[in-house]
Amino acid sequence: MHPDRTMWNRFICATGAFLAFLLLVTPTAFAQEAEGAHPRSDDPRVGLSAGYLDAAETAWGMDLVSTTPRPQGFYDPENIGDLGLGNSDLAFQGNYVIAGNFSGFNIYDISDPENPRLRLSVVCPGGQGDVSIYENLLFMSVEEARGRIDCGFQGTEGPVDPERFRGIRVFDLSDIDNPTQVAAVQTCRGSHTHTVVPDPADNRAVYVYNSGASFVRMNEEMEGCSRVGPDEDPNTSLFRIEVIRVHLDAPHEAAIVSEPRVFADEETGNIAGLWAGGRHGEGTQRTAVTNHCHDITAFPEIGLAAGACSGNGILLDISDPVNPVRIHEVVDPNFAYWHSATFSNDGSKVVFTDEWGGGTAPRCRATDPENWGANALYHLENGRLEFAGYYKLPAPQEATENCVAHNGSLVPVPGRDIMVQAWYQGGISVFDFTDPSSPVEIAYFDRGPLSDEQLYIGGYWSAYWYNGRIYGTEIARGFDVMRLTPSEHLTENEIAAAELVRMQESNLQHQQRIEWPAHPAVARAYLDQLERDGALGSARLQALRGQLDTFETARGASAVQALRTASRELIQQADQEATNGRHVESRRLRGLADTLAALASRTSAISPSSPTSTTARPPSSTPSCGRAAPSATTRRSPSA
Amino acid sequence: MHRVLDARAFLAVIAAVLLIAPLMGCGGSSATVGPDEADDDDAHEVAPEPRVVQPGAPGEASRTIDPTRLGSRPAMAYTEAEVRFMQDMMHHHAQAVEMGALVEGRTTNEDIRLVAHRIAVSQEDEMALMRRWLEDRGEHVPDIHPTLAPDDDPHAHHAHHGHETVAAPSAHADMPGMLTPEQMQQLTDASGDEFDRLFLEFMIMHHEGALVMVEHLFSTEGAAQQSDTFSFASHVDSDQRIEILRMRRMLHEMNQPANH
Repeated sequence: MHPDRTMWNRFICATGAFLAFLLLVTPTAFAQEAEGAHPRSDDPRVGLSAGYLDAAETAWGMDLVSTTPRPQGFYDPENIGDLGLGNSDLAFQGNYVIAGNFSGFNIYDISDPENPRLRLSVVCPGGQGDVSIYENLLFMSVEEARGRIDCGFQGTEGPVDPERFRGIRVFDLSDIDNPTQVAAVQTCRGSHTHTVVPDPADNRAVYVYNSGASFVRMNEEMEGCSRVGPDEDPNTSLFRIEVIRVHLDAPHEAAIVSEPRVFADEETGNIAGLWAGGRHGEGTQRTAVTNHCHDITAFPEIGLAAGACSGNGILLDISDPVNPVRIHEVVDPNFAYWHSATFSNDGSKVVFTDEWGGGTAPRCRATDPENWGANALYHLENGRLEFAGYYKLPAPQEATENCVAHNGSLVPVPGRDIMVQAWYQGGISVFDFTDPSSPVEIAYFDRGPLSDEQLYIGGYWSAYWYNGRIYGTEIARGFDVMRLTPSEHLTENEIAAAELVRMQESNLQHQQRIEWPAHPAVARAYLDQLERDGALGSARLQALRGQLDTFETARGASAVQALRTASRELIQQADQEATNGRHVESRRLRGLADTLAALASRTSAISPSSPTSTTARPPSSTPSCGRAAPSATTRRSPSA
Repeated sequence: MHRVLDARAFLAVIAAVLLIAPLMGCGGSSATVGPDEADDDDAHEVAPEPRVVQPGAPGEASRTIDPTRLGSRPAMAYTEAEVRFMQDMMHHHAQAVEMGALVEGRTTNEDIRLVAHRIAVSQEDEMALMRRWLEDRGEHVPDIHPTLAPDDDPHAHHAHHGHETVAAPSAHADMPGMLTPEQMQQLTDASGDEFDRLFLEFMIMHHEGALVMVEHLFSTEGAAQQSDTFSFASHVDSDQRIEILRMRRMLHEMNQPANH
């Protein structure tokens, strides 16, 4: 399947076999090795001292600027590792961050990102509490048996309870201080994650793709739910996703409008199409296998969604959002559990994550294979995925730290593919996958374990870039804000260009195309990259930077003409680089040329402090009244 | 007089703040809104009282609740079914690890070794988690018995973690998917292609049994109400389904003509 990986696979297999030998011969030696210091690495992340809110921490290429512990009611001092009160996913709108929690959600005001303020806590248990926001509506995933229609925290009773809720909740946040539940769409398998897909035909409507990963509830509790395989019941609740339509003018009418069989074999029509085989041998039986997606990331601007669907990575054509059509699927011998997906901004690559062990196990130990519980990076061309490489957190973690690849987002540096990603107690890692066959880490933040005696579930669930900062939900420790700092891998100009990108709303499973404003910082970011590439000589770099300076300060006709001339020359050079097969450099040259041309054609004054919105929809109304509730945020002074 | 007036003015300001503050909070009942220290950068030294809202069912109003009540939320009691699930699954996992150990010396098939290794790592971890879950609740941690007595198999090395007992005949063959001692012996005696095929068939059967155990747990009265139990059982389910898929593909390929 991946010819270029044969040797690598052999190496991995050999390594794995050796490790298996060690593990199986002396099971306890395995644990001892993992618990001790990792002599193989001098990475500063190794050996950080443990603690709940006082663990040692280390950062490179980024700074923690604030940390806000979970608010009252969302932690149990007697059990800091209680997943039932853990933080989960994030959604963003304007100056608000919605931080999901297994027992509800918290709204933070990030008008001052260095000093976020808790605005409101909302109690509504049920896990995982993944959230998305669309205009005034908040969607929340609920999958656990304890979830109740009325948001009560007393739990439910028995396999059939009419009060139980498992599915997608819809809250109205028009009054941000008094959210109300306006709809609760029950599904047979609950909701593990969901994905917002705007209706291309009606800007007042939105689809929610529901990924139910858990057990199918009893038919007696919800009519039509069927937990048996497709050979026994063609209407099984397995092997499908649910599509819910929500109209902003009538959210209480939210309902399932289709249940696409995205795993079906297009030739045979077998809805369990994603596995080959049948009954094997005495005593074996047919069991439903790849029968759900864990998470789907939609990128409507390219008409595609990438599904991380337990045993497979799949590609969906979502040009008709009600009827997504699978157009390709991949498997990977090193992947245990296809967990989530992120497209590159140009749609030419996909990062899939493998949540080997489900996120509650320590899978970043020195003894764990480097390609297990990692990201798999794929080229995407003409609707086909082709494997390119793996990326795993490069620093080994302790045996008391749950760690595996988890949620992340793009960092909008023009000319590069950069992703920031949460690795549970492995911390946060920022990596460049412009060349997906050799991804490189460029920044990180990590804390020591919650405990060095036993594994408490904790660490970063999500780490996302939003409007100039990185926001992270720490399952146990709270809500963190970070920023990137210049380093040999990332210049001040590149960070400045990334900070220019402004979103009015951001749900990471609904990817939006990033566009950069015509701004000198963007041109300077490209120049820094071309200098790093060696694609432009020092004299040329100096001349171009000088022309930008002149343009910014003098802005005369000759300065404008100089940019136009430079732009034309750069396009020629870009074409040459492309014919020489240097596509990355070619794209950067063209990005620079386009930026210079756009600057030259701009007649209005450039204001470095007026970033451009990248979203087409008008900003939704945010409450103008209200006060920021004080919170226990610890403000960090910038590092030297 | 000045002092009196100042005091009155001060009281009036306080009263106005008290009256307006809830309105500024944009509505809702707000009896528990805490002191406004929004301008105090050192607010982290004082535990704040953020407003906590609990929505109702769709169509119902939300209400403000006292967050201190949540700190002592009723511990959702675990059930006997969960304890039994953890105890049984420890035995179940132990047998998978025991099967994985047989790979050494019996096959050179890298795919089989890879699958065996992954299963071993996963199930060792999960056994540690189950042991901790039981210990934390003061429940009995089961003694793990190998399916075959150690003397029967010079290659096998079993997962013992301080609860070892003298090897005894398996008392857990009635759990779904468990290999009988005869089947384990059959696997132990096999090698090469025969071992590969048997290993996959037995491990698929074994994993499918674990799925039955999870399904049984989820359909039991009051079980899996806590997130950790729910999450653990869900992961066991999805992990093993994916491994079953992988092993079925391998078996399928073995059954194809050589030029496949």
